Amino acid sequence: MRYLTDRKRAVGKGASGTGTEHHWAMTVSSVALALMLPAWLYIFGSALGGTQDEVVATFGRPFPAILTALVLVVGMRHFIGGATVMIEDYARGTARKAAIIGVTCLGWAVVATGLFALARMAL
Amino acid sequence: MVQLTLPKNSQVRTGKTWPKPEGAKNLRKFQIYRWNPDDGKNPQVDTYFIDLDDCGPMVLDALIYIKTKIDPTLTFRRSCREGICGSCAMNIDGINTLACIYGLDEIKGDVKIYPLPHMPVIKDLIPDLTHFYAQHASIMPWLETKTNRPAKEWRQSIEDRKKLDGLYECVMCASCSTSCPSYWWNGDKYLGPAALLHAYRWIIDSRDEATGERLDALEDPFKLYRCHTIMNCAKTCPKGLNPAKAIAEIKKMMWWQRRRSGLSRLCRWRQERAAGRWRCASCGAVVVDRGDLAPNLCLRRG
Repeated sequence: MRYLTDRKRAVGKGASGTGTEHHWAMTVSSVALALMLPAWLYIFGSALGGTQDEVVATFGRPFPAILTALVLVVGMRHFIGGATVMIEDYARGTARKAAIIGVTCLGWAVVATGLFALARMAL
Repeated sequence: MVQLTLPKNSQVRTGKTWPKPEGAKNLRKFQIYRWNPDDGKNPQVDTYFIDLDDCGPMVLDALIYIKTKIDPTLTFRRSCREGICGSCAMNIDGINTLACIYGLDEIKGDVKIYPLPHMPVIKDLIPDLTHFYAQHASIMPWLETKTNRPAKEWRQSIEDRKKLDGLYECVMCASCSTSCPSYWWNGDKYLGPAALLHAYRWIIDSRDEATGERLDALEDPFKLYRCHTIMNCAKTCPKGLNPAKAIAEIKKMMWWQRRRSGLSRLCRWRQERAAGRWRCASCGAVVVDRGDLAPNLCLRRG
């Protein structure tokens, strides 16, 4: 139990001075993904079910390779940002911190793995 | 962690069914949430029957009828009876609204009345709004000026006055904030639609000279950016206002303030009119000869 005035409880430690950058980054990345994802899905769909040589040939071309890399990086950054907000909404305390660290690690692991696989195919 | 089930002592049970008024022909059934902190029992929903021929047309009239003629222990707030004071906000038929301006003819079937959701209950239909009012106070709901007080009044053009329409009408009934899932989840830190609507009302006021400070005080992932544009606030507002739009406008202003300038996150330019200069409260940098135009560059970098 803490004896705080109502005003002190409402104000807390004041504003952190952050938030706008995150909000803007999420807005921009969502627009970017809305443009990139249909093209990437078309490329991915056309390669789906092909032989290994055909898939390697598809992702060996510059446009599909660059687009895939962009979708990976932008998509996962968007995922990390969105999931963090969701976790902040629903979880508290240590569970919140652990979940945010977990999601961040997962996101960057997907980016690293994806880029590595892409480099193996494209280079 | 978000609580998905009620604790055992908060689970609502079926309560007492009160006798029907004698000789009444035009009856309406009411189910009303009751909880008394003094008896140690669980909350319950009591059933009342109202003689519509002997009762006014609004939900508040029915509540007053119950309190006067059936059960004097029923507790609720009310004052003006015309949608101005915001006292009688409650959850009626699943909607947060003012009992005094919500007609009985707008409700189909039984009338179900609960206190505003996700707020601590003091008794029956009375929620504890202490934190809600403290949040409202934290946005400084008054005119902040730095220039000397004018001889007559602070003047405002007709165009600037029009910007306050749709904002100043808020009666702080808390219907919007208590309908907002983000406020349910993070009400301790998120200011909620009502406080943010009022914040925007003062940010946009042409006479207010603390716009920068007000925006600085709101830039926080929880205070402002917990708004996920769910829009329940606009849907439920009994005065027909749109807090979600006001919040979006604040976000837009925040973006313009941060992105369309060379300012850093730490910049806090304050005008010193008497000395004819601007001083950064953060780094102490001084800029002269800019008049009322705030510097748009961080001098810390240079």
